[in-house]
Amino acid sequence: MKFGVVVSEGPYTHQAADTAYHFVKAALDKGHEVPRVFFYHDGVNVSTRLSVPPQDERHIQKNWTELAKKKGLDLVVCIAAAQRRGLLDANEAQRQGKDADNIAEGFRISGLGQLIEMGIQTDRMVMFGD
Amino acid sequence: MSETKKFLYVNRKAPYGTIYALESLEVVLIGAAFDQDVTLAFLDDGVFQLTKGQDTGGIGVKNFSPTFRALGDYEVTKLYVEQESLEERGLAAEDLQAVTYEDEDDDWAEKPSIHIVSRAEMADIMADQDVVLSF
Repeated sequence: MKFGVVVSEGPYTHQAADTAYHFVKAALDKGHEVPRVFFYHDGVNVSTRLSVPPQDERHIQKNWTELAKKKGLDLVVCIAAAQRRGLLDANEAQRQGKDADNIAEGFRISGLGQLIEMGIQTDRMVMFGD
Repeated sequence: MSETKKFLYVNRKAPYGTIYALESLEVVLIGAAFDQDVTLAFLDDGVFQLTKGQDTGGIGVKNFSPTFRALGDYEVTKLYVEQESLEERGLAAEDLQAVTYEDEDDDWAEKPSIHIVSRAEMADIMADQDVVLSF
């Protein structure tokens, strides 16, 4: 089965990003496909490469980046939600005249159309949030 | 991408206080470009999103409630509001703003987009969907 996954709550405050991560891993291990994971609302905060959690805690962004690298996941961060919350890739930082960018490897910034497209192209859409 | 699916946007939260309602509406507007069969559901505190006379001046947040009235232009014409959620909050149909659309199959007659349905009917509407996005 093809699963589309949405993460709609921020890391550490809420378990959604962790549960989604475990769900995606388990689904892939069972032979299912996860063509895309879409980060929305505060879920976009998962994608910052500047997060530094204590060493004995899980590193949510790194978990996702490593899973994306290993399994070829498409991790999409909503551009409108990201810009509100100060998350920019290098292109957007330049376009907006900002002096830094902070999107971690394995994530890409794109539009809400990617969320709709994921709903059309997958068999089930699973949202992780409140 | 010629396939048409039934998309339901479930709005469960008040319009202000959190960003869910606004960012849900942003998905609806973008999603309209994809020519899907779109329905919006309003339940729990989500029914407050459609109340008339909203004034956000005191909290310094944009009042986005007029945007609902533009949904007809995006061919989003099915807004279902749960009766029990209204009653539990002391609200009635007349507390909601009028949202209408022009029906191109009926000589562009102006028709209401908002329909008040029971909790049981809402369950049937949800069961009938392909993709449910909950906000």
